Amino acid sequence: MLAGLASVREKIIIKLTKLVNLTISVLAKRNSEDIRCKCICPPYKDVEGQIYKQNVSLKDCNCLHVVEPMPVEGKDVEAYCLRCECKYEERSSGTIKVTIIMYLSILGMLLLYMVYLTLLEPMLKRRLFGHSQLIQSDDDVGDQQPFANAHNVLSRSHSRPNMLNKVEHAQQRWRRQVQEQRKSVFDRHVVLS
Amino acid sequence: MSQFVASLFKKYKACGDKGFTMMENPGYISGSFDRLHHPSDDDDDDMVDIAGATLDFSSSDDVPPLSSGNRGMTTSRAAGMNGNGPSKLVDPLEDPVPGLGTYEDFNTIDWVREKSKDRDRHREITKKSRQSTVALLHSVSDAFSGWLLMLLVGLMSGALAGGIDIAAHWLTDMKDGVCLIGFWFNHEHCCWTSNETTFQERDRCPQWQSWGELITGTSEGAFAYVVNYLMYILWALLFSFLAVILVRAFAPYACGSGIPEIKTILSGFIIRGYLGKWTLIIKTITLVLAVSSGLSLGKEGPLVHVACCCANILCHLFTKYRKNEAKRREVLSAAAAVGVSVAFGAPIGGVLFSLEEVSYYFPLKTLWRSFFAALVAAFTLRSINPFGNSRLVLFYVEFHAPWHLVELAPFILLGIFGGLWGALFIRANIAWCKIRKSTRLGHYPVIEVLVVAALTALVAYPNSYTRMSGAELISELFNDCSLLDSSQLCGYKQPANTSETGVGNSLADRPAGEGLYTALWQLALALVFKMMITVITFGMKVPSGLFIPSMAVGAIAGRLLGVGMEQLAYYNHDSFIFKGWCSPGADCITPGLYAMVGAAACLGGVTRMTVSLVVIMFELTGGLEYIVPLMAATMTSKWVADAFGREGIYEAHIRLNGYPFLEPKEEFDHSSLAVDVMRPRRSDPALAVLTQDGMTVGEVEALVESTHYSGFPVVVSPESQRLVGFVLRRDLLISIDNARKRQEGVVSASTVVFTEHALAQAADAPPPLRLRGIMDLSPFTVTDHTPMDITVDIFRKLGLRQCLVTHNGRLLGIITKKDILKHMAQIANRDPDSILFN
Repeated sequence: MLAGLASVREKIIIKLTKLVNLTISVLAKRNSEDIRCKCICPPYKDVEGQIYKQNVSLKDCNCLHVVEPMPVEGKDVEAYCLRCECKYEERSSGTIKVTIIMYLSILGMLLLYMVYLTLLEPMLKRRLFGHSQLIQSDDDVGDQQPFANAHNVLSRSHSRPNMLNKVEHAQQRWRRQVQEQRKSVFDRHVVLS
Repeated sequence: MSQFVASLFKKYKACGDKGFTMMENPGYISGSFDRLHHPSDDDDDDMVDIAGATLDFSSSDDVPPLSSGNRGMTTSRAAGMNGNGPSKLVDPLEDPVPGLGTYEDFNTIDWVREKSKDRDRHREITKKSRQSTVALLHSVSDAFSGWLLMLLVGLMSGALAGGIDIAAHWLTDMKDGVCLIGFWFNHEHCCWTSNETTFQERDRCPQWQSWGELITGTSEGAFAYVVNYLMYILWALLFSFLAVILVRAFAPYACGSGIPEIKTILSGFIIRGYLGKWTLIIKTITLVLAVSSGLSLGKEGPLVHVACCCANILCHLFTKYRKNEAKRREVLSAAAAVGVSVAFGAPIGGVLFSLEEVSYYFPLKTLWRSFFAALVAAFTLRSINPFGNSRLVLFYVEFHAPWHLVELAPFILLGIFGGLWGALFIRANIAWCKIRKSTRLGHYPVIEVLVVAALTALVAYPNSYTRMSGAELISELFNDCSLLDSSQLCGYKQPANTSETGVGNSLADRPAGEGLYTALWQLALALVFKMMITVITFGMKVPSGLFIPSMAVGAIAGRLLGVGMEQLAYYNHDSFIFKGWCSPGADCITPGLYAMVGAAACLGGVTRMTVSLVVIMFELTGGLEYIVPLMAATMTSKWVADAFGREGIYEAHIRLNGYPFLEPKEEFDHSSLAVDVMRPRRSDPALAVLTQDGMTVGEVEALVESTHYSGFPVVVSPESQRLVGFVLRRDLLISIDNARKRQEGVVSASTVVFTEHALAQAADAPPPLRLRGIMDLSPFTVTDHTPMDITVDIFRKLGLRQCLVTHNGRLLGIITKKDILKHMAQIANRDPDSILFN
């Protein structure tokens, strides 16, 4: 038993080390991709304008290091390089990735919740309590808007565990607030028009 | 008092005992007590509204989870306050009457009361701090909490703004195509390391595939173009649909720019939920969608709202700010500064914006705190580095070309254009919003957004200057043409000997070439389109800011004028205007500067900002030498726009909605007197007053229920009408209901006493109800002959909510903020009933 536990722990530790190593390597990799030195060189004599990008550090970010192959010869190099503009830029692709994925997941969750509230919940409730009670509850609230089907049927007929009740009450109150807001913004146009 | 507490305690014990005997019903104890201990856990922003929170429960159908047997004890008697009954059980050891001193939704706060409340609290803490070390620490942390809050607001808003920037940039590019090496990269970051970009087409690399390329396999040809066009419209429709549907479903208050409402809130109005959690989440999410849908709107105004939401939510953490509406508004003022600071990367401009445009009460302390918070926010945003170029805004520019005095003439011309456009825009937009408000158009907000988005996408796509996002367009227009640029706007004819002249990258004036002419007429079309579409876009039910579209219009106009001037100078070097300072071969006119000045002028015309606008623009460019052109243009634009109507777009929207906003900039110069404005009017029934003693609870309740006034003056007796104090309706109702619940022997026949010592009563009479504690003993009074301009000044400067009018020391009437606003509307020949709220 104990030995089993120990082996499990060992496995976990090994896995964790692997994970850490992976993260470090990802971070290191990210760092090398996230810097660039970008040189924009305008047309010069018969050489076309060109853009050069190199993965070099800030102190090497100048035309002589970055522009490769040099399109001009010998004495022209200096003149050519004087016209080029080199900029050192840094970004964090990790931040970008995390932000975008977080944004998309929040958006997705909100959409799912919205679909649940507008479509699934009334359907579930209908199945649970039958038609008559639903009509009654609709009458109570007197609103045909989505979200309007308040939860009072549920709370009246069952005394549920407290935590659930509390969450339900909070949700219900929030819904009533939203409904009120929606009425004043979209229907009566008293605020925010 | 001690007697009162003792009786309370007895009552509490009794309740506790009863609760104990009812332990078999578990729902009772936790169901009610827990809720009372965490009354505003999930509340949006009404953290002070403890009673309100519980009021909501008892007022509506959702009875707490009690079996019906206990209901007799817990259901509350219907009270007169919006039909709400008060809470049934309150912990008497903490705050005797919760909900006292709070406000109802859509009401105005009393600044004087809030400020004195804070002073009392502060005095209490200072007094205690001398007694023990713990209390001393408490006082130190209390003093420090303001700065800590600012730090948190700055961090949170900065982070959110960074996220919004990144997401909006990515989603905007999503309309064009997708990055194959990682879908989360936008177009620019997709080609970040690619070496396949060319000088002519800087943003093209094989990793980035447009939808046309992905679907048809080729990037050229009519078919690919049509596919791209269709995908663009489809994405635009999808984004705008999601935005409007989310706003509708979760947080209707998240729509619009938010600045008019924030202005009103900062002046003392209460809109519950306007700065709440859901508003924050939905506004952040939908702002990105709305901006990326290509609609003609910006994210700068909504960012102010987002920052204010952050501040309001973080205020929950500090008692000092949670419980005091006036203190909270100081924090919100600073948050407005933070919003602009992150929107434009202009911390000082943000502080000035808050001071000039949105704040109502802005003491020096708030100035420093705003400054600090704006700094923290800008720093946070900078460390996120959303654009990958170490800049805080997309359209940051940096040029140092000199300008000549003669050029002030075109700058002033741009100012005139900006002013005209601002005035026209305000008129047109308000007219359109009125139509939306009053006709059937307002019933279809979702369809409206979809139609406008479809129209925008349909018209915008063919023209490359409208296809790109507003911020990118501005950035391109601000940019000065150097040798390094290859865009169409820089399509000048190359002089034959260009490669031999000079060393730097700045160029002498050149004749316009083919590309520039194309760009010019495209820009002209874009100008007309932007002007028209912005009018109908602003005010739709999606988060929509106005800064970027206004700036875009101005920048286009400025750029057109700039190029015109440049060509004029090129072809007329010898004319008397250009002689002497613009010789051939010199680089004398910078079209990018004209675009910048034009943008400032148009923004100034629309919002009527001056100082803050110039500072924002100057922080955007980092060039001190352009302050004079910017000042000239914004001032001209303000003058011209003010000639057509004195209010900016935000004031116009405040007026359209009828918010109770007492404009501090407007002057009151009518010769009316207080007696002309006060209520009751001559034909009205007499003022509803309470007497300091002698009224029974039943009479008071009858009086309160038969009227809808928010407060009642207390007088010595009905005959003498000598003033004692002022009681707010809400406080009165809460106290009476509370007393009925918890104080023994309070029935309808008990007398209500506002005096310090109760009169001797018959022995068998029920005990009196003492309400001196809730009475404002120092209400503001003016005499009936006080000129209204002075009264208005008192209201503005002190932030009063109501003021009593006396005649020979006798109470005559009352003036509320709403009365003043109605009076002002009447003077200005507007409908006084347009002022909706208290």
